[in-house]
This record gives sequence, structure tokens and C-alpha cells, in this order.
Amino acid sequence: MSLTDKQLERYSRHIILKEIGGKGQQKILNGKVLIIGAGGLGAPAAMYLAAAGVGTIGIVDDDRVDLSNLQRQIIYQTEDVGKKKVFSAAETIKSMNSDVKVIPYAERVDSKNIMDIIHDQDYDFIIDGTDNFPVKFLINDACVFLNKPFSHAGIIRFQGQTMTYLPHQGPCYRCIFETPPPPDVVPTCKQAGVLGVMGGVIGSIQATEALKYILGVGHLLNGYLLIYDALTMTFRKVQINHNEHCTVCGDIPSITTLIDYEISGCSWKRG
Amino acid sequence: MTIRVNGKEITLEKSVNIDDLLVIAKAEAPLYVSVQLNENFVKRQNFAVTFVKENDVVEFLYFMGGGER
Repeated sequence: MSLTDKQLERYSRHIILKEIGGKGQQKILNGKVLIIGAGGLGAPAAMYLAAAGVGTIGIVDDDRVDLSNLQRQIIYQTEDVGKKKVFSAAETIKSMNSDVKVIPYAERVDSKNIMDIIHDQDYDFIIDGTDNFPVKFLINDACVFLNKPFSHAGIIRFQGQTMTYLPHQGPCYRCIFETPPPPDVVPTCKQAGVLGVMGGVIGSIQATEALKYILGVGHLLNGYLLIYDALTMTFRKVQINHNEHCTVCGDIPSITTLIDYEISGCSWKRG
Repeated sequence: MTIRVNGKEITLEKSVNIDDLLVIAKAEAPLYVSVQLNENFVKRQNFAVTFVKENDVVEFLYFMGGGER
């Protein structure tokens, strides 16, 4: 399938890049990215991937748009308050770029559905845009089991961090953090606050990693945790080695099935 | 002696263990910080018996949620 005249024009700034070209843009149009969590991180990631022409974008979220989301979740407009996030996000993406097929999943991921969702379109790359640790560990473990690359990220206050997992090429999230912290010992955005633009910076980096993976260009953030501090305006790229004692991807893994950790009432309460 | 913690130089009067260093460096929620010493993870049960030495590079890695809500 070749690019239409409209596509050649729409994606001309991509196509002119020697790392992309027409072939690369075709790869992007054939690309399939799953975004879990359509919030501060997932919203900007989804928009840049849609603008880039990623052909299939799956979005998972069971939440509805809240007025307090609009400070950072730029895929939603004021009139979207109360709508299911996945359907509202799908509408925005459709009006942005009709080349993109959006697959909305209006559900919360857990051990029973995450494998099916990832298999549904055999997604190439997964973006973790969730806000809670039980699901971050669930996404990690599912991607390790299914040999799927994913981008982890978190944001809080004026800080953000992100890393990319590539199967058998460096550490997974559990190599760094063995198990989720108990509910509410680590502050959430709702409790501690977050500068709205943090999601834009880090979510856009996640989208960049997805595109680089689809294109097969450059070096990804596997083996590194990128830590961003907006107050000092510094990025630190910390090298992380694969942990041979990792309970899910180490030499002798003790975790071989998905785990639903308890999600605290507080962090799931709608604000 | 001088070490680096999260990219910043810290001067210590004497060698300290990881538990003490977490306090000195004012780590938030120290019970839930992952620690790398010269690019190797230190197991939590070894924090008390692992002492830093001159020019060591220490990374405190923090849980960061956020994003969705």
C-alpha cells in the first residue's frame, strides 16, 4: 500500500527525515500502540501518536472526564466533563486524523483482561499511562510474559520519570522495584499535586519511544531510567542494569502468573 | 570523603551505611526507595551492612505514580 497524495502532504515533515522517509511513514501507519490510562501521560501521548499517523491506537480507561483532569489532560475539552474518557479521546483523535483507527476499551485492566487486550490487536508497543502501582506492576509482568515492549512513566509535583522495557534487552520495572508500595505511602498526584505540563513532557517522551520502536531507529530508554526535574530543569539518565534476582525476569523467576495487587480506596476514588 | 548521590556531590565526615545515607540525603519515604551503588542494586536487607566509600556513585530511585487521575 502506498501513501496517498494527502498523506504525502500531511506527513511531509516526517517523510523528509532520512530516518523515516516514505517507508518509515508506512511503518507508522501500520503501527499499533496500546495506551493504558488516558490521563496526564496517556492524553498527550495519544495525541502525538495520532498526529504522527499511528494506524491503530488502543486506549484503555474505565474513568470519566472530571473537571480537575482538564488542567493537564489536553485531549479533553470542557464540554467533555462526565463523558467516558476512552470515547471522548476517540472523538478527538478521529477529528485530528482519520488515518487512525482508535480501539476504545472502557474497562479497568486486571489480571483477567490485560492479556486479551494486548492480544486483541497484537499491539506492537504499550504505553503505561496509569497512576497506580498495582496496575504498573501488572503491565510490567504482562509485557514480560508476552515479550512486548512497553514504556513506563510516572509524574508527581515537578518531577517525572520514564524507562522503556524491551524483552531480553535490559531491565524491567520489577528489576528496580520489587513489589508495589503499600497503599498511600507514596503520594499520588491527587494528594501531592502535579504541574500539568509534566504529563506533556513525559507523555511525549513515551510517544517518541513508541515511534522509534516502530521505526527501528535510534537508541531507546531500555537500560535507563530518565528522571526529569522541572524545578532545576535537569534530565538525568540513570543506567539501570538487568537484575539477575528479579522476581519476574531474573534467572529464577518466582512470579509466573499475573497478580492483582490491592488498589487502595483512596487512590481510586474519583476527585 | 566525597560521594555522588543522584548526581549531586555529598561530603561525608566518615563512611556511613545506606540506611544512614537515606536519612542524610533526606530521601522521601526511605522504606520504599530502591538503591543502586555503583550501578548495582543493593538489597534492602543489606542496607545496614553496606557502607559507602570515597567516589562511590549512589542512586536513590523513587516510586513515581501519577499520570492518570
